[in-house]
Amino acid sequence: MTDAVTFQGVSRHFGSVKAVDEVDLSIRDGEFFAMLGPSGSGKTTCLRLIAGFEQPTAGHIAIFGERAEGVPPYLRNVNTVFQNYALFPHMNVRENVAFGLRVKGVGKAERSRAAEEALELVELSGYGDRRAGELSGGQRQRVALARALINKPRVVLLDEPLGALDLKLREQMQEELRKLQLALGLTFVFVTHDQDEALSMADRVAVFAEGKIQQIGTSEEIYRCPNTRFVADFVGSSNVLPADLAGVGDVGQWASLRPEDVVLDPAGREATVTGRFFHGRVTKLSLILAGQSLTALIPAREDTPDVGEAARISWDPARVHLMEREA
Amino acid sequence: MHSDNRSPLGLKLAAFGGLVFLLAPIALIFLYAFSTEEKSFQWPPPGYTLKWIGVTLGRKDVWEAMALSVKVAAISTSLALILGTLTAAAVARSKFFGRETISLLVILPIALPGIITGISLRSAFSLLDIPFSTWTIVLGHATFCIVIVYNNAVARFRRTSGALIDAAMDLGADGVQTFRLVILPNIATALLAGGMLAFALSFDEVIVTTFTAGNQTTLPIWMLEELVRPRQRPVTNVVAMAVVLVTVLPILAAYYLTKDGEHTAGSDK
Repeated sequence: MTDAVTFQGVSRHFGSVKAVDEVDLSIRDGEFFAMLGPSGSGKTTCLRLIAGFEQPTAGHIAIFGERAEGVPPYLRNVNTVFQNYALFPHMNVRENVAFGLRVKGVGKAERSRAAEEALELVELSGYGDRRAGELSGGQRQRVALARALINKPRVVLLDEPLGALDLKLREQMQEELRKLQLALGLTFVFVTHDQDEALSMADRVAVFAEGKIQQIGTSEEIYRCPNTRFVADFVGSSNVLPADLAGVGDVGQWASLRPEDVVLDPAGREATVTGRFFHGRVTKLSLILAGQSLTALIPAREDTPDVGEAARISWDPARVHLMEREA
Repeated sequence: MHSDNRSPLGLKLAAFGGLVFLLAPIALIFLYAFSTEEKSFQWPPPGYTLKWIGVTLGRKDVWEAMALSVKVAAISTSLALILGTLTAAAVARSKFFGRETISLLVILPIALPGIITGISLRSAFSLLDIPFSTWTIVLGHATFCIVIVYNNAVARFRRTSGALIDAAMDLGADGVQTFRLVILPNIATALLAGGMLAFALSFDEVIVTTFTAGNQTTLPIWMLEELVRPRQRPVTNVVAMAVVLVTVLPILAAYYLTKDGEHTAGSDK
């Protein structure tokens, strides 16, 4: 099966700024693919390269096997849900949604019908006559989605689509987006800086930093086996320890240990408690072990030592992940 | 805090005085358009008549001057709409070397005294052996008309989010469709306002016209010449009244068109 999107050594440099630097990537057909990274890490530029708003300064991009360099956005079978939705303010909801068909020359009756269908898909039937300005953030989000879907694209690009929504609405939209993607069988490429969102929604995640992909893998792989310190720290805030202290590997290597894998153990090593924060489900302990600071998440039902006291801790060495690279 | 309807009497008087000072001369011009005395301005007018309107309508020189003014204003405005919009699009949409300089240079003609623009154009015309024609007047007027359109358009371009253009292209609209279906509707009111303002400014322009018209007569120039003649003075007033109406209405319309829509189109912030 042909991959939906492939990058071969793709770079996008702006003068001396390497926004995207020699990225290799393949996104499978029908996959929910997340690009995760802090702002300025190159994830949005990658999205714009797929959409065609940017052209690579080096390398090759293919969309379903077809070379994409030099192809303008309006000739690509790819549609985008923009960060602030970018709904046309001079059109009502129906005209917004039907825009893609209008520029293709589809007749008015036909495109009204298609727009109504698309609105139904995002559970906004009957909103066609409203203006974009009269809608709530969540509703605008749905209109933007319907507008992107009406052209029946094979790849849908979503640029931080949930960033402007409040937490509850965001969680609801996460579920709906995932359901919709599975139902339509489309490839979704989703850009976010929220690691929870990326891990919970995506089939595979690419973690970006400084224009390069640090790691690509399933959510579990990324979380359990981060291959760089950056990934370990950015995804789920890991303890990054010298390998000998963690009890695995050789001197000079680094290991990642998740805070929830640290347990209180009377037979364990002695550490000093420097901070104690009760979070409800868990108690977060800040510890110093052999001069190395460390975080532990202890289930709330267990008694935890106070600040200044000693805590005996241990962990299962099988839970420690040795990293390939330090960077 | 004190509310508006409790401002001190002195302030009210001053505001009233200011308005009288600004508007009384205009009211007098309207009044004398109906005076029966045709050789001098007498206070109070000895009698009132409507005959000057008829006389004005019957004078060929008024019609010729009016036609020239309308023609010049229409051409200059159209020229300004095209060039001003394109310049605004370039300055607002892309970054290039010398952008700020160009932005300043475009606005400069309106800061420059009209007499400088006039003299420089006139010497340029005579250096290049260009005979005076409607087009030389149009060139002179276009210098400030472009600025007006540019200023209106550039402000609107800056408020229109670039993401809208991306969105249109993303949905399959090529350059022409994007311009027609997305850009134009978003800047239309700004262009209309700029165009009306430019038209009004061109219509009553005197200084630059004096230098670029040769012996052609636009309406304002005609009025200037008419003032030194002793007969049928109220005709000038009737024409003045017409000019006020032709220029004030577009300016008012322009004001109302640009007053709304303070939000940035296509952004939620």
